[in-house]
Amino acid sequence: MAETLLAASALAKSFRTGVTALAGVDLAVAPSEFVGVLGPSGCGKSTLLRIFAGLIEPSAGHIERAAGLVGRVGFVFQEPTLMPWATVADNVYLPLRLAGVTREAASPRIAAILGSLGLGEFAAAYPRQLSGGMRMRVSIARALVIEPALLLLDEPFAALDEITRFKLNEDLRALWRQLRCTIIFVTHSVFESVFLTNRILVMTKRPGRIAADLVVDLPETRDNAVRLTERYADNCRTVSRRLAEAMT
Amino acid sequence: MNGASRFWRIVAPVLIGAAFLLGWQAAVWFVGVPAYVLPGPWLIAKTLLHDGPGLFGALLVTLRITFAALALAIMVGGALAILFSLSRLLEVSLFPYAVILQVTPVVAIAPLIIIWVNDVFAALLVCATIVAFFPIVANTTLGLNSADRNLNDLFRLYGASRWQTLRLLRLPSALPLFLAGVRISGGLALIGAVVAEFVAGTGGAETGLASRIIEAGYRLEIPRMFAALLLLSLTGIAIFVVLSWLSRLLLRHWHESALEPTD
Repeated sequence: MAETLLAASALAKSFRTGVTALAGVDLAVAPSEFVGVLGPSGCGKSTLLRIFAGLIEPSAGHIERAAGLVGRVGFVFQEPTLMPWATVADNVYLPLRLAGVTREAASPRIAAILGSLGLGEFAAAYPRQLSGGMRMRVSIARALVIEPALLLLDEPFAALDEITRFKLNEDLRALWRQLRCTIIFVTHSVFESVFLTNRILVMTKRPGRIAADLVVDLPETRDNAVRLTERYADNCRTVSRRLAEAMT
Repeated sequence: MNGASRFWRIVAPVLIGAAFLLGWQAAVWFVGVPAYVLPGPWLIAKTLLHDGPGLFGALLVTLRITFAALALAIMVGGALAILFSLSRLLEVSLFPYAVILQVTPVVAIAPLIIIWVNDVFAALLVCATIVAFFPIVANTTLGLNSADRNLNDLFRLYGASRWQTLRLLRLPSALPLFLAGVRISGGLALIGAVVAEFVAGTGGAETGLASRIIEAGYRLEIPRMFAALLLLSLTGIAIFVVLSWLSRLLLRHWHESALEPTD
């Protein structure tokens, strides 16, 4: 890996409450990688993601970002986090609006991104009129509209039912194949991380460190049929074992 | 809501009101209470029709003060709330004084204001505004500070300026609470206007409904007093209904309070 998009060394974070969320995290992420961060609840995964986004500062250690990352980081929260008073199109327009792009200049991009996420006919709808899965799609569209170099997702599908979740997993994987941006996806689901990503970082419980850095051995193009294969099961077994080790 | 319960929601209060008025009228007739103690509703209605034009002019004076006070309260209250939300220091230094202004009865400070402010209209306006502005400041400040945390982070991530965050995130978040404040303030502005008129007395060329009530009281024209009172309550109700309707109109697309019940 010659090129790095994001590198962290000896990253640590303690909060004023005395909780130490992270202790000594080292990692490097290359452009166009799809990385999963897997760990138990409360292991500091979200904290790590927020540090990557620049939303919080680490207490120790440091982080290096490639020059191309400035203003090109998208973030998707656990909840859709949409503005309830704005239509779907206006919600997606938000990052561009904040960057000073006019509505006329933005509208083809908004239409394109809504189309690619299957939201084309909902542009004028308000968030409350959509299902949970659709709202999450809007949230992803909003993150993608700036054409991010790095997309950070913090357990975005945790609150969704399994059918919706599988569909969104499939669509996200396809989108990544198409866009080739770097994605860091935080989850506590072994199955989700194996299906989605190419590389899984297993974290220990709090204070979080990276216990294992695993490569997912699955074909690049994946649909839900992959979930039924022996290879998928093998990968899940390996990752589960490493997760169990990390938690002891 | 189903048809039957909607029906009763309108019919039940109307029946109660009609029964009350009939009982009142019957009591006045059979007991023979003189009109200068308690006039019956029939006489009040007749007085209202007869004195309507005179009272209506007075109502317009009161309404002018009420709406000017409400507008001023919205501007002052809204501006203060925005300042408070921008500077925590400003909020902690000024908020206690807003509370002091709120808890001091306006009847107690109205005489001072009437002495200090020469113009009667302006004096009444100041009194009514003092009564009306607090719910707007308190509610809007709360609303501005209750924007979703993650949305706040998102705005930060995308490099939003303070002005952008205020305009696109905090003001819309505050809208439901602001409107609730305006709804309370609408009624308070009317109360403030009437109370201030009471204190100011009946002097001056243009006088409002309060003066009519005092006048009628002096002359023992009790039916006229009741008629003016009725007009005041109707006005208060109308202000509340209009402001509620405005609130629903502005929030109809997204806020729980303005959504049709689904069942």
